[in-house]
Amino acid sequence: MTSPQTILSVEGLKKYFPIRRGLLRKVVGEVKAVDDVSFTIDRGETLSLVGESGCGKTTTSRCILRAVHPTAGAIRFRTDPTRNVDVAVLPRAELRPLRRQIQMIFQDPYSSLNPRMTIADIIGEPLLVNGVSSLAARRTRVGELLDLVQLPRAYMNRFPHAFSGGQRQRIGIARALALNPTLIVADEPVSALDVSVQAQIINLMLDLQERLGLSYLFVAHDLSVVKHVSHRVAVMYVGRIVEVASTATIFHRPKHPYTEALLSAVPTPDPRRRAKRIVLEGEVADPANAPPGCAFHPRCRYAIERCRQELPRLATVDGSLVACHRSTELGLTGVASAAHA
Amino acid sequence: MSELAQSVPLVTAAEEKVAAATQLQLTWWRFRRHRLALASGVVVILFYLVVVFADFLAISPPHSTNAARSFIPPQKIHLFDSDGGFRPHVYALKGQRDLRTFKLIYAPDPSDKRYLVWFTEGYAYKLLGLFDTRLHVLGIDRGTPEDALFLLGTDQLGRDVWSRLMLATRTSLTIGLVGVTLSLFLGVLLGGISGLYGGMIDTVIQRVIEILRSIPTIPLWMGLAAALPADWSSAQVYMAITLIISLIGWTELARVVRGRFLALREEDFITAAELLGASRMRIIFRHMVPSFLSHIIAAISLALPAMIISETTLSFLGLGLRPPAISWGVLLQDAQNIQALGQAPWLLFVAVPVIAVILAFNFLGDGLRDAADPYG
Amino acid sequence: MADPILSVRDLVTYFRPEEGVVRAVDGASFDLYPGGTLGIVGESGCGKSVTARSILRIVDRPGEVESGEILLRRDDGGIVDLAKIDPRRREMRAIRGGDIGYVFQEPMSSLSAFYTIGNQLMEAVRLHRAVTTKEARQRAVELLQLVGIPRPEQRVDAYSFELSGGLRQRVMIALALAAEPRILIADEPTTALDVTTQAQILDLIRRIQDERRLAVILITHDMGVIAEMADTVAVMYLGKVVESGPVDAIFHAPRHPYTQALLRSIPSVLAEPRSRLATIAGSIPHPYARPEGCPFHPRCARSIAGVCDRTVPVVTKLDERHEVRCVLYGRPAEAAE
Repeated sequence: MTSPQTILSVEGLKKYFPIRRGLLRKVVGEVKAVDDVSFTIDRGETLSLVGESGCGKTTTSRCILRAVHPTAGAIRFRTDPTRNVDVAVLPRAELRPLRRQIQMIFQDPYSSLNPRMTIADIIGEPLLVNGVSSLAARRTRVGELLDLVQLPRAYMNRFPHAFSGGQRQRIGIARALALNPTLIVADEPVSALDVSVQAQIINLMLDLQERLGLSYLFVAHDLSVVKHVSHRVAVMYVGRIVEVASTATIFHRPKHPYTEALLSAVPTPDPRRRAKRIVLEGEVADPANAPPGCAFHPRCRYAIERCRQELPRLATVDGSLVACHRSTELGLTGVASAAHA
Repeated sequence: MSELAQSVPLVTAAEEKVAAATQLQLTWWRFRRHRLALASGVVVILFYLVVVFADFLAISPPHSTNAARSFIPPQKIHLFDSDGGFRPHVYALKGQRDLRTFKLIYAPDPSDKRYLVWFTEGYAYKLLGLFDTRLHVLGIDRGTPEDALFLLGTDQLGRDVWSRLMLATRTSLTIGLVGVTLSLFLGVLLGGISGLYGGMIDTVIQRVIEILRSIPTIPLWMGLAAALPADWSSAQVYMAITLIISLIGWTELARVVRGRFLALREEDFITAAELLGASRMRIIFRHMVPSFLSHIIAAISLALPAMIISETTLSFLGLGLRPPAISWGVLLQDAQNIQALGQAPWLLFVAVPVIAVILAFNFLGDGLRDAADPYG
Repeated sequence: MADPILSVRDLVTYFRPEEGVVRAVDGASFDLYPGGTLGIVGESGCGKSVTARSILRIVDRPGEVESGEILLRRDDGGIVDLAKIDPRRREMRAIRGGDIGYVFQEPMSSLSAFYTIGNQLMEAVRLHRAVTTKEARQRAVELLQLVGIPRPEQRVDAYSFELSGGLRQRVMIALALAAEPRILIADEPTTALDVTTQAQILDLIRRIQDERRLAVILITHDMGVIAEMADTVAVMYLGKVVESGPVDAIFHAPRHPYTQALLRSIPSVLAEPRSRLATIAGSIPHPYARPEGCPFHPRCARSIAGVCDRTVPVVTKLDERHEVRCVLYGRPAEAAE
C-alpha cells in the first residue's frame, strides 16, 4: 500500500466475461469489461468512478465487493492500521469478516429492500447475521441508525411499501452503516430518485462521511452529482481508466479528450450558458471488440496516427493521471465554476 | 441537516395500519376485492367439507346393490303434507309388473309416505376414519333409506347415486391433494436446485422437464396404468394413480419455482443480504422462499384442478381407479354408454360437481395470483 | 408574436381506478408557437407525461380527459379542439402523426421487433400520404438520412434490435417526422441515454427544428435539458402548472417557491466541488394523498397557514408571458374544491 492513509488500493484489476456460443457453449471471445484498472482511495475520501453505460464502472465496483470474481489483479483493502488483505484472492469463507468493513448502497431503492421485512428487520439483519443475537440490542442500534439517517424511530415497524424512494434510500444507507464499515461502495445511489430528493441524499452522504470518517467509492454517470460528492474522479472508457484527478482539476482542466467531451455534453441548468457543445460522433466502442490503440480514437477529434496503434498508459501530467498520447500538448476546456443563481 | 426528512407527517390510524401491514395482509386485502375468487374460495371450502364428512352426508351404503331398484329416477321431495303442514316427505316406491313387457316398473305410491328425518341413524362408518358412528345428515322415518330414498336416483345396480357421489368427491379431491403435495415436493426441490445452482444441473433438469412435457399424456398414462398389476388392491391402485398423475404435475411447479429463484437472484435485496454476510440458508429461507410462497399457493390452486381432471379422465377411460373404488371418473364411466344414458340421464349429474370444482379452483387461483403479484 | 399553433387551456385529466381518483392533470394551460420549444418540467407524478398523452388523446384507461380545451391550429387556419374529438375517430388518428408527431422515452418498446425499421417508416408515410411503395421507401431512406443515421440505404432494412439505443431514438424521431407534422412532442426523449448520446439527440432535435420550423414540446425532469433547449417553460407540480414563462425568467427570476427551491436543489457541474445543496423538505405525496389547497404547501418554506392549506391559488400574470400560481403574487384565491 502506498500510504498509511490509503484504505483501498486496486492494482491491475481485470474482469473478462467469456462469450459462449452454440450447443456446447464454446468460448468464442471475451468481453473485457474491466481491463487493467488501478486506483486508490484514502480514508475519509470519495473517489467517483464515472463513465457511460458499458464502461466497466459497475463491474469494477462489484469486484471490490467480491460480488463478481475478478479475472486478475489485486484489491488490497486495509482492515486495520497494520494489516491489509487482497480481496481479489480471498477464499469465500474468509470474506465474511471483510463484509463488515465494505458495504454497499444500491441504485434502486425499491428492489434493494425486502418487501416482506419490517424496517427494523432490514436494518437489523446485518447485526443479526454478524452475531448480535439480542433483539433488544438490535432494536437499540436500529434506533440509533434511524437517527443517523434522519428517519423517525417510530417507523421501525413499518414495511418498505409505506416509504417514498428517498426514505427507502435512507433505510438502505442505515443498513449499510449498521456494522460500522470503513468503505462504502455506492452504485448510482441517487439516479433513481426525484430531483428534489437527490439533494437530500447527497447532503446526507456528505454529512455521514464527515461524522463517521467513511470512504466512498461513488459509481455514477451524472457528472453534476459527482461534482457535489467527490474529492477525486476517475473517468472510465471501455474498461479502462482514461483520467484520474481531483474534482476541481478534472472539471476545470480536463486532460483527456473523452473527459472534455463528457463535460461538454452535460446540459447546464442555465439558459445563458448555451455553449457550443462538442458532440461526439458515433457510438461507444464494443468492449468485446475494442479498437486497437486508444479505444477512444475513432471518436476523438484530436486523434493522430499513434493513437490508432499504441495503447496510451496512465501518466502524470500537471497532477492528473491521464492515458492520452497528446495530453501534454492539448489545451482542453472544462466547465467554469461559478455560483449559479 | 435539520430541515431534512422529518417530512410531511402521515399518521392517521388507517395509514399506520397500511404502513405496518405485512405482505400477507396486503395480499388478503387485494384478494378480498376479487369477488369471483372469493366466492370460488367458499365453493372450494364447501367441497372439502364434503371430503371430510362424505359418509355423514351419504344416505345409503354406497356399495349396497339391489337389482330390483335398478335405474330409479331422482325422487320428487314433497314439502307439505296433505294437511298443509311443513313435513318434507317422499313417496315410497311400489313395484308393478308391466303386463305387456313383463318389466318390473317402480312407481311412487302416494299412499305410502316416508318422512325425511334430519340427523338420524344409518349405516355404520368411521367419522374422520376415527370414531365409530351411525349418524347421517338425512334419513327416513320408516324403513331403510337404501330402499326408499333416492335423491339423485340409482344406477344400474340399484345403488344410490347421491351417496356414491359424496364418496366419489372424497376420493377425487383427495387424489388431487395428495398428487399436488407430491408434485409440490418434487417441483420445489428440483425447481429450487435448478434455479439456485444453475449451470449443468439446471440444464439437465430443464431437459428432463421438457421431455416429460413433450410425451402425450394420455398414452403415457395408459401405458403406466396398464402396467399396474391387476391383482392390486384399491388402495394400491389409488397410490399408483396418484404417483402417475404427479409425474407430469411437478414439472409446471418446478418451472414456477425455478423462474422465481432466477428472478430473485437478480434482486438487489438478495445481493444486499449476501454482502451483509448472511448465510446461504438464511438467504433462501428468510428472503427467497417467503417472496415466492404466494406464487406457489397460486400455482397449487391452478394445479389441483388439472390433477382432478387427470384422475377423472383416467378413471373414465377405465385406466385409473376401478370399481369397487368410487371416484368421479368411475361414476362417469357408468354414464359411458348411450343405452344407460338414454334410460338414466341422471347418471350424468356427476359432471356438475366436476365442472363446479374445476371452475372454482381456476377462479380462486387467478384471484390469488393477482393478489399476490399485482404487477406481474 | 404569431398566433400559437397549440393552445392548452385548463386541461383536466383524471384517472379513476377503483381505489379513488388520481388528479393527474388538474388545470394545465400553456401555448406553443410555430418554431418554438415549450419545455414542460417536473418530477414524478407531476402529470407532465399525462399532459402529453392528453394532447394526443392516448391516455390509458381508467384515465380520461375531463375538461379543458386543446386548441390546435391546422394548416388551413381552422382551429380544432382536440379535447372534444372522440379519440378513436379517423380525424384524431389523422392528427396523431399527421399534425403532431411524438417520441417517447423507451425506444426499444416503441419499435416493433417483427418489422424492419424501413417497413415501419413506410407504413407511417403511407398512413398519411397516398404514395407508391417505391416512393415510400425512398422517403424512408430520406428520413433516416435526415436523422443522421449512417448508411441509410442499408439501415432501412435493419431491425430495431440491431441498433444501439441512440440510433433507435433517431429512428423514433424519423418515425415521428414521417408525415411532416408541425408539432413534435418528445417525452423524456433522452432519459434512457448516455450523456454523450443525449447531446447528439438534443442536437438533432434542434437542427430539425431549425430546418422545418417545427414546434416542439419537450417533456423532461432534467432542468439542464430544459435550460439547453426550451424557449418557454412550464413547471408542473402534482398536476398543476405552478409557473410558466420565458426560459430566462424561469431560471434567473423564478417566482414560485417550488421553482425557486427546485433550482436551488439541483446538482450542477457549475457548483463548487463538494458543496452541499439546498433541499426541499419531504417528498412528493402519494397520488391518492394529494394535499388540500396548494399542492406544494406541505413542503413550502413560505406557506401561509390558513391560506395555502385551504385554498387553491389562481394564476397571476406577472407580465406578458410570465405566470405563476401562488398566493404570494396575487389575490383573491378561489375557494377549495
